[in-house]
Parts: sequence; C-alpha cells; structure tokens
Amino acid sequence: MAKNFIPKIVAFCCNWSTAPVVNKAVESDAQFPPNIKIVKLMCGGMVTLAFILKAFELGADGVFVATCRVEDCHYVTGARRAVDVCDNTKKLIDMLGFEPGRFKLGRFSSLEHKVFEKAINEFIGVIKKMGPSPIKVQRRTTASTSR
Amino acid sequence: MISLKSAIKNSKAYLCLECGKCTSVCPVSKFNKGFSPRVLVNRTLRYSENDILTNKNIWACLTCAMCDLRCPADIAYIDLTQATRLEAQKLGEEAICSHGGAAQAMMRIMTATNLQQKRMDWVDNDLKVAEKGEVLYFVGCLPHFDILFSDKGVHTIRNAKSSVKILNYLGITPAVMPQERCCGHDLLWSGDMENFKKLAEYNINEIKKTGAKKVVFSCPEGYRTFKIDYPKYFDVDFEVQHITELLRDAINEGKLKFREIDKVITFQDPCRLGRHLGIYDAPRKVLSSIQKLKLTEMQRSKKRAVCCGVSAWMNCSFYSKRIQMLRLKEAKETGAELFVLSCPKCEIHFNCAMKEEEARDDIKIPTEQLVTFVADALT
Ligand code: SF4
Ligand code: SF4
Repeated sequence: MAKNFIPKIVAFCCNWSTAPVVNKAVESDAQFPPNIKIVKLMCGGMVTLAFILKAFELGADGVFVATCRVEDCHYVTGARRAVDVCDNTKKLIDMLGFEPGRFKLGRFSSLEHKVFEKAINEFIGVIKKMGPSPIKVQRRTTASTSR
Repeated sequence: MISLKSAIKNSKAYLCLECGKCTSVCPVSKFNKGFSPRVLVNRTLRYSENDILTNKNIWACLTCAMCDLRCPADIAYIDLTQATRLEAQKLGEEAICSHGGAAQAMMRIMTATNLQQKRMDWVDNDLKVAEKGEVLYFVGCLPHFDILFSDKGVHTIRNAKSSVKILNYLGITPAVMPQERCCGHDLLWSGDMENFKKLAEYNINEIKKTGAKKVVFSCPEGYRTFKIDYPKYFDVDFEVQHITELLRDAINEGKLKFREIDKVITFQDPCRLGRHLGIYDAPRKVLSSIQKLKLTEMQRSKKRAVCCGVSAWMNCSFYSKRIQMLRLKEAKETGAELFVLSCPKCEIHFNCAMKEEEARDDIKIPTEQLVTFVADALT
C-alpha cells in the first residue's frame, strides 16, 4: 500500500439530517477531511444499490450512506428503506469481493455533527488500513439510467 | 473493430426490400408505434452515419431475432444492431439502463482481475464440484441476480444447483470457478466492447487453468456468447454445450430415469437458445421423456416464440410490460399449470410482470426452470 494513500470516499447524505451536519462539521472544524465527495439526497431512502455500485465502479475506495435515525425520518419510511437497500447492497459487494468495511451505513440526527465527524474519520481510518479499492476506474462515463 | 459500413455489408442490409415484414412481426413495434426495424434499416442505408448512431431507437430492440427469421432478404438485423450500438457508443451514445444501471455497474466491476469474489455459497454439501476437471459448469450471474432482484421473489440460483445435481447424477463432477466472471453478454449488446473483451479474455484464461475440455451452460445467453461471440475475438479451444443438449444425449443413451409427473406444462423458448442457436428440439425431447407429463405448446412457439420483453437490462419500459403480459396470457391460455422457462432472465421478467398492479388472474401462472424441473424429477 502506498504510504501517502488518500482514500476517495463517496458519502450519500440525507438532506434533512446529515447534510446540515456536514455543513456544521465543515464550518466548525478545519480538520474535516477534504477527500469526501458528498452526494446530497432529498431522503436517505433514495439511495439505491445502483448508486453505491456505481460509486465503486468509478473508483471509490469507500462508500458511506448517512441517513436520519429510523424513527426521525423526515419522510417516515425513507430511513427504513435505506436500511433494506444497504443490507442487500452489502450482500452483493461482499460477493463481488470488496472487503465488508468499504461500505457503511450510519444514522445521525441533525445536531450530531461531532458524532458524524467521528464516524467518518473512523471510516476513513479503516479504508486507509485496507488500501485502495481493487477497482481501477473503468471508463469516463457510465450509462444514463432510469429507475 | 467493425465499422458501420462493413456491418451493412456483413449483415446484407443493402438487400432490404422495404417490405416491412420485420416490423410486422416485431414485438416492440406491436406496442411501440414509434419503433420500426424497417425504418432503422433504411435510415442506416440512406442517411448519414450520425443519424442512425444518435437514433434512440437503436437501443429499444430486444435483439430477439424474430425479424431476422422473417426477413425475405435474409438480413441479419441483430448483427447490424450489435455493430450499430458498438459504433454509437464510440460517439458517447448510451443505452438507457434499467434498475439504475446496477447490473451494468456490477459487470464492469467484474472486469477487475484482482477481485476476491465470494460467489460459491450456493454449493450445498450434497453437490459435488471440483476446482479442475474435464467438464466445467459455467454459473453466470445467477448468484448476483438473486440479490439484485430479491424483491421479485425469484431464485435463479436453483438453476446452478440443479445443473450440478444433474451432472453429478450422470457421474460427472464438474469444475466450477470461484473467480468466474460475467460472460459479458449484456455489455456487448449494450455496446461496451472494451469491457466485454476484458471479461471474455479473463474467463477464457481461467477456464484454461481448470483444464476443461467442455463447458456446460444452463444460461442461454452465456451459451450464445461463448459459442458465437467469443470465437470472433479470441481463440476458444474448448467445446461448449447447453445443458438441454447434454440432457438430450444422456436420455438417448438411456442414462436418466425420471419419476412420473402428472402435469400439464407449457414451454418458453428463450431467444438466445431458440432463434439465435436453433435449439428447439432438445428441451422438448427432455420434457417428453418424463412419463405422464403433457407439454402443450403456446399459440406461438419454437421459431415464433415471443421474447420476454427486455434484453441486456436496458430499456425496460411500458412496452416491455405489454409484451410480457401478452406472452403470459398465451401461456395461460394453453391451460397449462406450469410455465417452464429455461433462461434466468425470462424468470425475472415474467415474475416482475405478474407483480404489476394491473396484472389480473388471466396472466398469473407459476413459473419453473427446465433444469430444476428435470432435476426434481430424477429418481
Ligand atoms: S430483433 Fe426483435 S425486437 Fe429487435 S427489431 Fe427484430 S423483432 Fe424487433
Ligand atoms: S423484413 Fe427484411 S427486407 Fe423487409 S423491410 Fe425488414 S429488413 Fe427489409
């Protein structure tokens, strides 16, 4: 593993809980890791297996999904749906040969920016230990999609 | 790589009579009035290359080959379509992928050579498989499909279990590759030649390592890809066989014993096995050797069998659902109790259609795969 390995992380964040948390974390702490690409979703329940696989296909070393706590979901059922999607995704990326730690689902309330920061830094630490993803970027673009 | 000009030459598209017979038999044209293979052939011949390559309709074809068979000028329309898509992709044109492109992403991920896949969980204790051997069973994407389509309630992995069970019954311990990759069928048909070739090359090399002389498939798409497409680009020095052909031969030699099954069934010919490779009799021979089993044919069967409505995980649409419902209705009208399929995608697509809100009882029929049906009938 290269010594100066800086992992590429994609984080799918729910608009209601974690997007404000990210903003707060960035404002309050200059140490917030810059190598995370935040993809804001209107609801954590919007995340699909395809989003996560595509992030890996395009060379992400780790993918983090951050939603509301199940009982706080702004759209009532979204966070629960995210749990199901992530369970299924875990099975598939495990089968494909990614280490289980490369993918994580976290749940936060909109006030927990410290907790979020800690979780994401821990996540990055795990990825750093694992080294780069086995995937080299496949191609520039991916096919347009429908759901 | 083939240019559009040579594709026109190879497919003999220049012979088009503009008779429109292709459009009249095309299942997509039946419902989607904006789609016509005749028009596409003509635009390919008469307009600029750019016109056809940017035409969205080139992605809507199911490559079911119904038109190929009907065409009086003997034009290889699906070969033309394959070449057109490969060219179009070079321009940055792309298919509309169903399921958010999850299947395609998964296939491109598999092009990485250093993955440590864990895809062998399905091998139960009572199944005998080996690392090396004369005969290899190619699993395909079955374990992945069951996760991708868990909401459809399908268990396509049973194809693999049953295939190995049948091979074991015949005294064969097949080699199964723990690091097998997708055959690349879907990437090829969606125009991604680069990644198709990576998968093909990887698989061929892995198969060499097992020492296999024969590769057996339960998936018709994998079979077609290995039989027709791989040899176009790579040296393939092993024999390929579909499990129904293997079963037919074993039955002819009297090696298989079935219990009686008192049932009425109907059978769906998958496009890849049927029109692409001309295998119609082998599955029927296998089914007819089960005592008391009655096979009733649908209104359109064998050469005229209607496709299951989607191919290569792209362009699933309202029209696909119409095609699927039409086909399910035909199956139901035979009075059969069971709809026997022999392609994992047919299973996924038909079951998806039956789960539609508007699906009524006249299209609901239980489905089962030919290999699982046959494996369960073995005594
Ligand atoms: S291959 Fe099938 S779907 Fe495509 S144009 Fe021909 S008949 Fe229509
Ligand atoms: S059936 Fe053949 S000859 Fe007739 S319009 Fe179609 S491609 Fe042309």
